[in-house]
Amino acid sequence: MKKIITIIALLGTILFGAEIIIKGSDTMLNLTQRLGEAFSAVRPDVTVSVTGGGSGVGINAIINREVDIANASRGIKSKEISSARANGVNPVEIVIALDGLSVIVNSKNPVNKLTLQQIGAIYRGEITNWNQLGGPNKKIVLYGRQPNSGTFVFFRDEVVKGEYAPIMRQMNGNSQIVEGVKADEGGIGYVGLGYIRNIEGIKPVAIARKAGESYVSPTDEADVKSGKYPLTRPLYHYLNGKPKGVVRDFILFELSPEGQKIVEEEGFVPVSENYIQRNNQVLQ
Amino acid sequence: MKLRKATDKGVRIAFSLTAVLAASVLLGILLFLFTYGVRAFIPPRDTQPDDLSSQPIRVQEFLFGTSWNPDAYGQPRYGIVPLFLGSLITTIIALVISIPLGIAGAVFIAERLKGGLRVGVKMVVELFAGFPSVVIGFFGLVVLGPFISRLFNVPSGLNILNASLLLALMSLPTIISVSEDAMRVVPHSYREAAYALGASPWTTAIRIILPAARSGILAAVLLGFGRAIGETMAVLMVAGNAPIIPKSLFDPVRTITTTIAIELGESSFNSIHFFALFALGFILFLIALGTNLIAESLIKREKKSFTL
Repeated sequence: MKKIITIIALLGTILFGAEIIIKGSDTMLNLTQRLGEAFSAVRPDVTVSVTGGGSGVGINAIINREVDIANASRGIKSKEISSARANGVNPVEIVIALDGLSVIVNSKNPVNKLTLQQIGAIYRGEITNWNQLGGPNKKIVLYGRQPNSGTFVFFRDEVVKGEYAPIMRQMNGNSQIVEGVKADEGGIGYVGLGYIRNIEGIKPVAIARKAGESYVSPTDEADVKSGKYPLTRPLYHYLNGKPKGVVRDFILFELSPEGQKIVEEEGFVPVSENYIQRNNQVLQ
Repeated sequence: MKLRKATDKGVRIAFSLTAVLAASVLLGILLFLFTYGVRAFIPPRDTQPDDLSSQPIRVQEFLFGTSWNPDAYGQPRYGIVPLFLGSLITTIIALVISIPLGIAGAVFIAERLKGGLRVGVKMVVELFAGFPSVVIGFFGLVVLGPFISRLFNVPSGLNILNASLLLALMSLPTIISVSEDAMRVVPHSYREAAYALGASPWTTAIRIILPAARSGILAAVLLGFGRAIGETMAVLMVAGNAPIIPKSLFDPVRTITTTIAIELGESSFNSIHFFALFALGFILFLIALGTNLIAESLIKREKKSFTL
């Protein structure tokens, strides 16, 4: 049965062109879809199909050889690398864009800036009322992601540095966090940069690495790109081995000025110089 | 004559075969869930003493632990209690709402509506049973959630109440439709006898038809229970999914089904976490099996007392 499917798929590819299958990060879903459409416009023989599910799902899919590219908003874990190797898969990393992970609050909330320690304490459940942060006497309601999300892992490792408070509401995707915080004056959440542009009812807070340092807003693209914004993170593609054929063409397109313009239009930040060099080593 | 006998025999064999097939598929699922689930409690061959995530789960931690955090920094926790309570609480509240409403609706449709109107209303109800749960979940997220938070002045509408209301909405069509069927098959002579004694149509419906259709209505309620405890998507969207033991109607909860849905994609293949999710599935299966067995025995008892 499997053989027959493979043969049909092969025939289909020969007759109708190639398909690139991508799965993973919800944060990168819209962005990769746009890039795929733009690529198909210049290469009509190639279709790019993108699905979400979370970074963990995407990385598992590349380990199980189900997809060509895994989208991930976090780096691959060492445990995942070893299970990939055990499966004969050699994970290779490309950075296609940068994201400033944004901490958002309800726009009626007067709190505009927080330090990383404060945000960590909020999510560990140590700070529970906005009046402890110079805001109104209102209970803080935590909105976060579900554990298969790369953003969940990135935020926990970089900011919470401990376990999330169990009471945190675990939302299934960036836009659900936006909806939650929009409806909740005491709410706080974290979403990718692509999800805060032109949305009413929420606002990103400016973040300082520690008390006394300057507060930086994620809406300042230069600060995200330079890494001055404390929660700048790369958005990854993971592949099995160095990219070849149409997959390589697609990645080259993503990293081209045209592709990076789409990155900007989707609210994210183009790849910075040090990542361009790292990508080039993989693409050579 | 000979031909009829042969067809009889053929049909009988065909039916027995399908019955055996269905039973063995079910047994296969049970065995599959068990053999996968049980591996969460057995040390894997490549257990590393310094890798906390490769340690098998202790059975008493799984059954009585109050913390579920497989992706923890330190020691992963696999306590099923908050998830089990989450499933149970949302389902029970949903049934408390949907049983009275559902039975009342069924009485109305079966006993008070006539002809085409009855058929039409029933069709609409059954149409609702097929409504995609993701749409209902979205409704809960953007309409019901903010409404609950305003009405009760609580910070967030993503909580037990919201999930239970959606579950009630989703189990209602099942309960109405199956109860109505049960009432329709009560022999007409029951109604005639009641009318002859001077009972009004409402009295007849409530005092005669409802008790006579008891076993069917019980089946309807249990089907509603199954619908509610097995529902995943809508609950995933509105329950807040925090794996805690809730203290109020406005706390978030995580159910067994949503935990499997959220974590199965993320747990790496053949890890302890992966097997723990199968163990959760096995527990869910046992719950479903238990309710069915109870229903079966209740219905049997009913049948004995109602044989005329």
